[in-house]
Amino acid sequence: MIGNLPYFAVAALVIFGLFGAIFGRNLVKIAVAVSLVEAATNLFIIALGYRNGGSIPVFTQAGGYADYMVLPTPQALTLTAIVIGMATTALLLSLIMLLYRHYGTLDVREIRRLRG
Amino acid sequence: MRPLSVIVRTVCNAFAWFVAVFGVYVIVHGHLSPGGGFQGGAVVATFMALLLVSHGATKCLGWVRTNFFYAFEHVGLLTFIAAGFLGIGVTFFYNSLALSGGLFGSAVPLGPNGGSLNTSGTIALMNCAVGIEVVGGLSMILLYMMQGVFHVDKPTLRGKEEAGHDR
Amino acid sequence: MTIWREHLPALLLALPLLGAFAAPVAGHFGSRARNVWFVSITALTALVAWGLWQQVSASGIVVYVMGAEHSRLTLPSGMALPVRILLEVDAMSALMAFMGAIAALAGALFSVRSMERFSGLDQFVALYLLLTAGMLGMEITGDLFNFFVFLEIASVASCGLVAFWRDRPEAVEASFKYMLLSTVGALMVLVAVAFFYGRYNTVAMAGVASHLQLGLAEKAALVFLVSALAMKCGTVPMHMWTPDAYAEAPAGVTCLLVAVSQAALYGLFRVCFTLYGASLGSSAVAWALIIMGLLSMFIGVTMAVIQKDVKRLMAYHSVSQVGYMLLGMGVALLVLSDPQKMAAYGAMALQGAVYHLFNYTMYKGLLFLVAGALAYAAGSRNLNDLGGLGRRMPQTAALFVIAAAAIAGLPPFNGFVSKLMIYESSFAVHPLLPVVAMVTSMLTLASFVKVFQTAFLGPEKAALREVQEVPGFMRGGMALLAVVVLVLSLFPTWSVGSFVEPAARALMDRAAYVGAVLGGGL
Repeated sequence: MIGNLPYFAVAALVIFGLFGAIFGRNLVKIAVAVSLVEAATNLFIIALGYRNGGSIPVFTQAGGYADYMVLPTPQALTLTAIVIGMATTALLLSLIMLLYRHYGTLDVREIRRLRG
Repeated sequence: MRPLSVIVRTVCNAFAWFVAVFGVYVIVHGHLSPGGGFQGGAVVATFMALLLVSHGATKCLGWVRTNFFYAFEHVGLLTFIAAGFLGIGVTFFYNSLALSGGLFGSAVPLGPNGGSLNTSGTIALMNCAVGIEVVGGLSMILLYMMQGVFHVDKPTLRGKEEAGHDR
Repeated sequence: MTIWREHLPALLLALPLLGAFAAPVAGHFGSRARNVWFVSITALTALVAWGLWQQVSASGIVVYVMGAEHSRLTLPSGMALPVRILLEVDAMSALMAFMGAIAALAGALFSVRSMERFSGLDQFVALYLLLTAGMLGMEITGDLFNFFVFLEIASVASCGLVAFWRDRPEAVEASFKYMLLSTVGALMVLVAVAFFYGRYNTVAMAGVASHLQLGLAEKAALVFLVSALAMKCGTVPMHMWTPDAYAEAPAGVTCLLVAVSQAALYGLFRVCFTLYGASLGSSAVAWALIIMGLLSMFIGVTMAVIQKDVKRLMAYHSVSQVGYMLLGMGVALLVLSDPQKMAAYGAMALQGAVYHLFNYTMYKGLLFLVAGALAYAAGSRNLNDLGGLGRRMPQTAALFVIAAAAIAGLPPFNGFVSKLMIYESSFAVHPLLPVVAMVTSMLTLASFVKVFQTAFLGPEKAALREVQEVPGFMRGGMALLAVVVLVLSLFPTWSVGSFVEPAARALMDRAAYVGAVLGGGL
């Protein structure tokens, strides 16, 4: 049960994040909600790769525990996902700044020049 | 944006250099320890962030030009793709530098040890390339966003005290 | 020469990436150097894609392992599953890559002149080539995680390009919408990848496909993948980004964006046929795809008929055209585990879907370029402001007629052949399916007659007296796509036999895809 705790945290974060992204009114809050989903995804991958009692997957620094390590692949995947997440967050925030400059508001209900 | 108090400025002036050196350390030890090009590059880019926050945008944007970081970014990216083409004799991204005896080319010592910096071939080279790229890219994002804040601030915040800064 | 042939899959990605990274260096030497660099990189990419297609059609699936001791060494030192970055190109991937590279070349030729009056072109070229790299990467990767990475590269680059005219509020708004949706969609893909990794300890498509057994995790992953990819290719009910992004992007970019959305559709093909295939079990996914397809067709075309903005109208048409592909794909998926029905009409449905995908990318790209040419020459995209341009821009008008006849499915053109294949095969499932598709086709014809009549025929507007034909490079970009459309139209048997049929067969042959990687290589 306690071993499943990360997965519950992931589910909760995804639900909060999606809720915020769908029902949020403020653009910055929407960007934060998207980052929350991103964090949840990364936590999910890391939790999948964790092995109870395993050491770090760096051979020369693992000491005497070199035969039992956590999986390195999910960590590599997460690093890539974090880099991509940073890029998307930066782009989202830049677009929000531009939107604020054009519309003078951060409220999604007022930013709807494109419809129909 | 106004500069912060003299205490903050002094501390940031001093620590920005340590942060930069630590970031470079993380970059070049990317193949031996947790970290690597992106993480180290992000740490080095904190240099620019600290200066921007403590000295204010007006002064900082006068000190550096975005073209400088633009060049950084493209040197990093081109080095990265060149590192890929280096191994094209075998396969793309083939680690042709490893065990060649030259740059990053010595053998990895066996058994638990502190790690030897001059190993791992193309991987270390790519770490450096990614590090240079991320330093340029993140610093440029910070600078451009700061310039963007200027554009937004002018009509709306003129004459008002800025929120979030002490004094 | 032989050594280059071996490295074609890697070059297909490395060339656009190199082009993107070196674009500012080229731009340093002036705009002419940058344009030469831009066009030559996209042309070289198209050449590499053509070579790759030839190689695949000559010798079957090509596997490329990045950084290995040999480019086909998928399982080094007796490992059970591949560990390195894999590129796997079968006939479908090769067709998609070739098609995408042509669209990229046409868009590049068009953009060289149509964008020249704007600043920030170094970044434009870099992002355009990055988008090309992301699209090609999605199409030739053999690895689910890399699919996610290239998906994100493509979406970040395309959002940057959609917001290229950042002083237009609409462009920024469209870009934000697209970015938000594609980020959430890509994260859903990542969660699905994580499910696969947790279950099978691999992210290679072939590895997952060989072990896949339908359980709860796989069903959840399927839902995530199908919904995210269907969103990325703009099907109803997740289509709201499509008209905005397509209409607000510069025209050359829109031409490429069409091909990028088809790369997402390719991902959907890959997931449904290669990853799950016959182990899909129930027909729920197939019916979901069919229903999404019908909804997209009908809602897309009805929304298109009422539009005033030329590019927005065409964007809604692309929603409706994607519906045809989904319909054909759903029909094929429905009968995938029944060899008899598969031979009777399933294979034809799949071929129709793949063929329509090819046709659609070509004529839709052409239509968007024509819309861009109208906006370039007449300064407006609003149909109410246009009129009588057929006399001023006869060549553009002729190109428009070719594309419009193809999209409406008029008999000699390629759209007719692929639509006919989809009608015939879906009729075997239920007679109502082709009825919806035919009604859509008629409404498509109606709305393009409207565009042609309003923009090109009729009395000349006073404001449009001074309009001239667009520059040669822009016409060259359009003509490239028009030539492809005409070749596909005039030689339907040849194009189905050599392009479409191998691609459809590759999609159905799951064992070959798996065996090319898990056979150990070499």
